[in-house]
Amino acid sequence: MSIYHVYDLNRGLNVPKRRTNCRIMGLGAEVQKVLHWIAQSGKIGLCLLWIILHLIIGIWYFAVDIVRAIESYLISSGLFKRYKALDISKVRYLAIVIDSEEARQTSKIIELLRWLAAIGIKSVCLYDPDGVMKKFKEAIMARLGDAKLSEEVTVNDPLLDQKFIALEFVSFLDGKEAVAKAANLLFDKYYLAGDQEKPIFTESIMVEALKAIGCVETEPDLMLVYGPTRCHLGFPAWRIRYTEIV
Amino acid sequence: MDKGRTNQATQMFENLGGILRKFIFSILSIGPVPSHIAFIMDGNRRYAKKQNLIDGDGHRTGFSALMNMLKYCYELGTKHVTVYAFSIDNFKRSPEEVQSIMQLMQEKIEGLIEEESIVNRYGIRVYFLGDLKLLNKPVRLAAERAMGATAKNSKAVLSICIAYTSLDEITHAVQESVEEKCDEIRVLNTSGAGYHHREHLINVTDIEEHMYTAVAPNPDIIIRTSGETRLSNFLLWQSAFCILYSPSVLWPEISVWHLVWAVLDFQRNYSYLEEKKKQA
Repeated sequence: MSIYHVYDLNRGLNVPKRRTNCRIMGLGAEVQKVLHWIAQSGKIGLCLLWIILHLIIGIWYFAVDIVRAIESYLISSGLFKRYKALDISKVRYLAIVIDSEEARQTSKIIELLRWLAAIGIKSVCLYDPDGVMKKFKEAIMARLGDAKLSEEVTVNDPLLDQKFIALEFVSFLDGKEAVAKAANLLFDKYYLAGDQEKPIFTESIMVEALKAIGCVETEPDLMLVYGPTRCHLGFPAWRIRYTEIV
Repeated sequence: MDKGRTNQATQMFENLGGILRKFIFSILSIGPVPSHIAFIMDGNRRYAKKQNLIDGDGHRTGFSALMNMLKYCYELGTKHVTVYAFSIDNFKRSPEEVQSIMQLMQEKIEGLIEEESIVNRYGIRVYFLGDLKLLNKPVRLAAERAMGATAKNSKAVLSICIAYTSLDEITHAVQESVEEKCDEIRVLNTSGAGYHHREHLINVTDIEEHMYTAVAPNPDIIIRTSGETRLSNFLLWQSAFCILYSPSVLWPEISVWHLVWAVLDFQRNYSYLEEKKKQA
């Protein structure tokens, strides 16, 4: 029934059937309004519940942070005996992933590296997506003192008492972009060879190509992620196959 | 008589559980819902040992846990789900175990094609990602049949990674990009365009198009059960801005609450990760 029938009613036309129908239509519209109101309040109710849920989770994480802070204070004050003798030998290569904004605070990075050197870590790979630490690498190494770039360390004799810490600086460009460069290198090799058959690349050929463009192939044993969430932010993919990410 | 009553009670429990679940999902849907969740199904063998079952039964329980998780993900509104079923490294296990897993997979793949299965109920399109040539013939044929049978479904996507490792995927993608570029240049040269190969380099987008996982967007959450914190050669390329969640529960014991916790974590860090994705 259209709205014109209502106007007919207002003009006073003698149409009893239309009048009942219009009353039913009026009632239908009321019901629709009520349903609409219920749906709206339902949605508002759900929104409120969602906000409350996230508030509770926020408070939980805050409490966990406080407990962790207390725990680290107690560990550093030497209260827990089991942390005094830590077996670091399993971690031959450590990776650190830091958010680029936080990476600008070089003093904190140097403090972290000093702690790692004190524990006995010999090789560290520092990663941040924008390459901020790469830009400041000379400053970091100068302020740290006993540090050398990984690429300059040639002798890897475990018997020698290594007094310095070997550092490697990696950024997002050393991940996916490096694979693209390796692909172009392989293409040049294959195309220039003029071979008409289809190329068959194995994983070792891929790794060789990556090495040829200057990428390090050492896989970290452990990766520490400093940030709001556990996410490796684009660390070179082929290096983290079996890395424990914490 | 008793059995009927217990059946009725379980049915009622399930219905109540379903209503509670739908209510919680409707609350979660207020915030951003992940569009792609990946699962590493770790812990089947440990579960079998714990419950004193034979090894094969651990994997079977794991399969029903998988079906439940899929149901929850699709109810939540996640369109893409990827699971790590079998790695190329797993071929190194004992031949009996590999054989029994292959048989189980063939059985389950054929189950997926049936009418009443979950894939047809939710309109799921199934993909099998990985180096399928490494599988034995019956499993490979079953997989191809399943992909063909579900090709018309478009409501959701399930990607099962079989004979898959991330490094193998990257190598394969690079190989295909190189082949494609060679073909392109050959065509251009024969048509007389005289195209020099240096003018059109392979870039990251070209490689990503040839990945097995090009059928889905990058994952938002990767859930690995049994508390292990490694990715074990799974989606290493695609997980650049993805949350890694490692509950210590074993895979057959995973429940909807773990999924809810992972989604809440995702919602908390959504704006941070979106910003990182834009900066990259």
